[in-house]
Amino acid sequence: MEFEPVIGLEVHLHLKTKTKAFCGCSTEFGGQPNSQVCPVCLGFPGTLPVLNKVALEYAIKAGLALNCTVNKFTKFDRKNYFYPDLPKDYQISQYDFPVSSNGFLEIDIDGKIKRIGITRAHLEEDAGKLIHKDSVSLVDFNRTGIALLEIVSMPEINSPQEAYEYLTGLKSILKYLGVSDCDMEKGSLRCDANVSIRPKGTIPLGVKAELKNMNSFKAVRDALEYEIERQAKCLEAGEKIIQETRLWDEKQGCSVVMRTKEGAQDYRYFPEPDLTTFIIDSGLIDEIRKSIPELPREKYQRFIKEYGLSIYDAKLLVLIREDADFAESCMQTYANNDKKLIVNWLNGALLSEANARNCQLCQLGIKAQDLVELVNFVERQEISNLSAKTVLTQMIETKKGPAEIIKEKNLSQISDTGALDGFIEEAIKENEKSVADYKAGKENALMFLVGQVMKKSKGKANPKTAQELIKRRLENA
Amino acid sequence: MAIDKKTVEYVAHLARIELQDKELEKLSSQLHDILGFIDKLSELDTKDVLPTSHILPINNVLRNDQPGQSLTPAKALENAPSSEGNFFTVPKVIE
Ligand SMILES: [Zn+2]
Repeated sequence: MEFEPVIGLEVHLHLKTKTKAFCGCSTEFGGQPNSQVCPVCLGFPGTLPVLNKVALEYAIKAGLALNCTVNKFTKFDRKNYFYPDLPKDYQISQYDFPVSSNGFLEIDIDGKIKRIGITRAHLEEDAGKLIHKDSVSLVDFNRTGIALLEIVSMPEINSPQEAYEYLTGLKSILKYLGVSDCDMEKGSLRCDANVSIRPKGTIPLGVKAELKNMNSFKAVRDALEYEIERQAKCLEAGEKIIQETRLWDEKQGCSVVMRTKEGAQDYRYFPEPDLTTFIIDSGLIDEIRKSIPELPREKYQRFIKEYGLSIYDAKLLVLIREDADFAESCMQTYANNDKKLIVNWLNGALLSEANARNCQLCQLGIKAQDLVELVNFVERQEISNLSAKTVLTQMIETKKGPAEIIKEKNLSQISDTGALDGFIEEAIKENEKSVADYKAGKENALMFLVGQVMKKSKGKANPKTAQELIKRRLENA
Repeated sequence: MAIDKKTVEYVAHLARIELQDKELEKLSSQLHDILGFIDKLSELDTKDVLPTSHILPINNVLRNDQPGQSLTPAKALENAPSSEGNFFTVPKVIE
């Protein structure tokens, strides 16, 4: 039987505020344990939380960018449960009146655009960090109380790849907005997945499993693939799927059961009496809406339209806002109407340099003007493509302009006939067999000779000129 | 609404309170009375009344995103029943 997976994703996001959601403690990552805590976030009796204005604004901003309705009335509720990382024994969260709801995110899948619904995006506070030792668990409350935005998707994701695209798209938008670092390694973005399967073409949802502990988008995709296969095997063997939480083990490439939920957990939500309610007026919403920059999908469409980019190139370039800005200034500086060559450099050599240095394009320290100048050298055939890549590396390492490096390293391509003649004569003398082969009609032999000339000139010969000169020389001989 | 022993046991577990059998019986009847009393409210017509989210007639109390004073780890741990270095410690929560 063919099964269709049904996936819903819950993303928890640290908002990039200076201070926590309800107190003035710093949100800085990596501080000494329990050095960023106060009576409010430690839940001491008699203290009162007060909501961070920027956290509320960021939540609204994210909601708007995700096409949600920002609710005119919003309030906080207590979610009650006991766990050692939760000092108050309740988490301040939002139950029936979230900051925003009913949005969507568009993803590209199999050449089509698909809309994934977003149920809600609500504010809550993070819990602390537990470190488990042999006999005790250590608790660090530095993270406790940091403002989180929980973004819940509709169960409308139907493959691990769709989940991956959703997460990539979501992260890109949130980083454009500047509301979060979205750094999974530092825990500022976490993702849980609910997944069930059903026979293809049927409507009722199957029993779902909740997947946790995925530390990258790739891990989310892998964990989903594993889980879908596991559930399919279960059903095919006539077994029942049990509602459970499973932890992904990246090293082993499998998931293990965490705990079986017996019925729904009883969180006994009730309105948080320590915080006021919030009326979000349309003036504030308009003001925040105005502060939203051009978002990746709009930029992507504009790049295709204005610069004639391919879908692949445009998608790659808009992923990170600063890189997209850099790419655009390169494309504008580059005078040619056909932007293919400059874009190939951006998504090719430049991207490899950035990946090798584990940084972004715009962090390579290359000026748009200089990159365009380098590409122009190649276009005028003054340097070879290969040399240009060496120049690029030098530009990054020395911060010098391309002209200076080409001159210093003497990389100018030799197109001068006189300068090439010597290399050609040598190559012909040393490779009599290839010469004979060429004369016997083997075109490949010519390319071999060009290769020899390239070698002798240390890569500086203009291959086209060399080829023509060799051809002429052999035909006249 | 009838409050049986089972319900009281469940609520006691949620609150992590251990109750003796005698207490369970006593609390069952007391809770039953309390809920019965509160049930009187349902005699009122609340069709046009919005649920109360907060008892004070104020909204939008916010603070600026300005760092304040935090406690030192030593101060934070002062009342902790047990600690290790800069950490609070609790009985191990996973096997
Ligand atoms: Zn605090």
